Amino acid sequence: MKKKDFDVIIVGAGPAGIAAAYKLASAGVKVIVIERGAFPGAKNVMGGIFYRKALADLIPDFEKTAPLERHIIEQKMWLLSEDSVLGGGLRSEKFNKEPYNCYSVFRAKFDKWFAQKAIEAGALIINETVVKEPIVENGKVIGIKTDRPDGDLYADVVIAADGINSLLTKALGLRESITPEKVALTVKEVIGLPEKVVNDRFGVINKHEGVTIELTGPFFEGMTTMGFIYTNKTSVSIGLGAIVEDLVHHKANINDMLEKLKAHPAVKPLIHGGETKEYMAHMIPEGGYFAITKLYTDGFMVCGDAAMLVNAVHREGSNLAIESGKLAADTYLKAKKKGDFSAKSLSAYQKKMKNSFVMKDLKMYRHLPKMMEDKRQLLTKYPQFAIDAAYDIYNIDGVAKIDKIKAIKKRVAKLGYIRMAKDAFDMWRKIR
Amino acid sequence: MRIEDKLYLIGYKVDEDGSHLEVNKKDVCKKCKNKACTFVCPVDVYKYDEKEEKLSINYDACVECGTCKIVCEYIEWRYPRGGFGVAYKFG
Ligand SMILES: Cc1cc2nc3c(=O)[nH]c(=O)nc-3n(C[C@H](O)[C@H](O)[C@H](O)COP(=O)(O)OP(=O)(O)OC[C@H]3O[C@@H](n4cnc5c(N)ncnc54)[C@H](O)[C@@H]3O)c2cc1C
Ligand code: SF4
Ligand code: SF4
Repeated sequence: MKKKDFDVIIVGAGPAGIAAAYKLASAGVKVIVIERGAFPGAKNVMGGIFYRKALADLIPDFEKTAPLERHIIEQKMWLLSEDSVLGGGLRSEKFNKEPYNCYSVFRAKFDKWFAQKAIEAGALIINETVVKEPIVENGKVIGIKTDRPDGDLYADVVIAADGINSLLTKALGLRESITPEKVALTVKEVIGLPEKVVNDRFGVINKHEGVTIELTGPFFEGMTTMGFIYTNKTSVSIGLGAIVEDLVHHKANINDMLEKLKAHPAVKPLIHGGETKEYMAHMIPEGGYFAITKLYTDGFMVCGDAAMLVNAVHREGSNLAIESGKLAADTYLKAKKKGDFSAKSLSAYQKKMKNSFVMKDLKMYRHLPKMMEDKRQLLTKYPQFAIDAAYDIYNIDGVAKIDKIKAIKKRVAKLGYIRMAKDAFDMWRKIR
Repeated sequence: MRIEDKLYLIGYKVDEDGSHLEVNKKDVCKKCKNKACTFVCPVDVYKYDEKEEKLSINYDACVECGTCKIVCEYIEWRYPRGGFGVAYKFG
C-alpha cells in the first residue's frame, strides 16, 4: 500500500507556505507545515513593506487582527552622494484611505499571526524541525526526511516554500546553484524612537500613518545597492542590500556599509538619539525573471523565494510569495479531483503563474538585473551629475544662471551625449 | 556601532553539540587569496589568524543567511538543528 500521512506537506512557514496551507486547510485538505525555526517568523526578515492585495483575497478582514505597524501614505526615492541628497516621491491622500495600499510590518510577528490563522483553518504546523531532503520513488516526490527521530513523512504532494536557501529545489535539480551576482545580502536595524519623534521627523500626525524612503546613488561606491528607511509605530527600520558579487569584488562588509549609511548627513537626523533594538541579515533573490526555478515536478511544487520570485524594483516579495502559494494550492485542489499528481497534472501551476501578475511583472523587468550589472553609470555617474547640477542651480553665488547652465551642458558633453541617449533608450526599451 | 555590540541584541539558541559550519578541505584557507568569508559575513563569523595560519569559525553568531556558502565552495553549510540558531524578535 502507498505510504501516506498527509494529503500535502509544506516545507517552510513563511508567507508562501502559510498562504498555501491556509487555502488548502480551508478546503478541508489534510495539510502539515514543517518549519525549522522556534516559531514561524523566527528566521525571517524583510524591510518590510507588505502589500495588502494578495492577502486580502485570502483573508478579506485580515487588518482587524494582523500585527501591522503603519500604513504607508508617502513613498520617497533619494539619490545619495557623499554629502547631498536629491529626492522625489509621492504623498497622496489616496494612500490615506482604506483599503490601504501597503503597511510596514515585522516578520517575526506577522508570520506568527499568519500561521495562527492557518492553524485555525485546520492546518497542522510543526516548528523546530529541519527538512533534510525529499523522498523520491520512481522519479516521483512522495515525502520528506526531517531531522527528527522517525521523522519521515509521506503525502500526495510536497510544496517547497523553504525560502532562498531552498534545499529541496536544489536536491531535485530544479534550480541551478545560486551565484553571487543573482543575490543581494541585506542587513537591517530596528531603531527604537518615541512615537511622537517618528511622527515629527517623517511629517505625519499619528502612529498609523507611515513613510518609506528608498536610497541609492553614488554614495554606495558603484555597488548595486539599495537602501531603505521605513517607519514603524515606535521605531524606524533602516537597512541596505548589496549584490554579493559586488561585495566580494569591493572587499566590502555590509555592516560597515550600514554604519556609513547611518552616519550620512541626511540620514543621521532621522535616527538620531534612537536605540538599536535588533540587527539582522538575510539574502534576497535578485536575479529576476531569468533566475526563476522550474516550478514543479512529479508530486512537487515550488513557491516564493525558493522559486526566486522577487521583484526587486518594487521591493515586492512577500506578496509574490503569497500569490504563488495560493496558486499552488489551487493547482493541488484541481489535481485532487482527478487523483492525478503527476508532473503533467501539476504543470497547471506553471500556467496559472504565467497568467498572474507575478510572472507578468517579473517578465517585464527581465533585462534589468543584467543591465544594472553592465551599466554602472546608471547608479553612479548620472545621479552624481544630477546632484551636482541641482546644487549649482540652488546655490546663489553671484554666477549668472546662463553661465551655470553652460557649465552644466559642458559636463553633460563630458558624460557623452550619445552614450547617455543610448542608455536612456536601452532603459526605455528594456522595461517597456 | 560595532558588530560585537549588535550581536548582543540578537536572540540565539546555541547548539552546544557542535558547529553547523565547516571547511571541508584541509589547508585550502592557507592558499585562499581573497578570504571572502572573512569580510562578506554580516556577523563576522569567520576570522583568519595570519600568524597561526588558521581560520576560526564562531558558529554561535551565525544568522543563517547563506552568503558564505555562495562565495566559497569549500564551506560545508547546513542549517542548525531544528529549533536552534537565530530567533528574531522583530525580523
Ligand atoms: C531585508 C529584506 C527586505 C525585504 N523587503 C521586502 C519588502 O519590503 N516587501 C516585500 O514584499 N518583500 C520584501 N522582501 C522579500 C520577502 O521577504 C520575501 O520575498 C518573502 O519572505 C518570501 O517568502 P517565502 O515564504 O517564500 O520565504 P521565507 O519568508 O524565507 O520563508 C521560508 C521559511 O522556510 C523555513 N525553512 C527553510 N528551509 C527549511 C527546511 N529545510 N526545513 C524547515 N523549514 C525551512 C524558514 O525558516 C522560513 O520560515 C525583503 C527581503 C529581505 C531579506
Ligand atoms: S573558508 Fe573559503 S573563503 Fe574562507 S578562507 Fe577558507 S577557502 Fe577562503
Ligand atoms: S550563513 Fe551568513 S551569518 Fe552564517 S556564517 Fe555564513 S555568511 Fe555568516
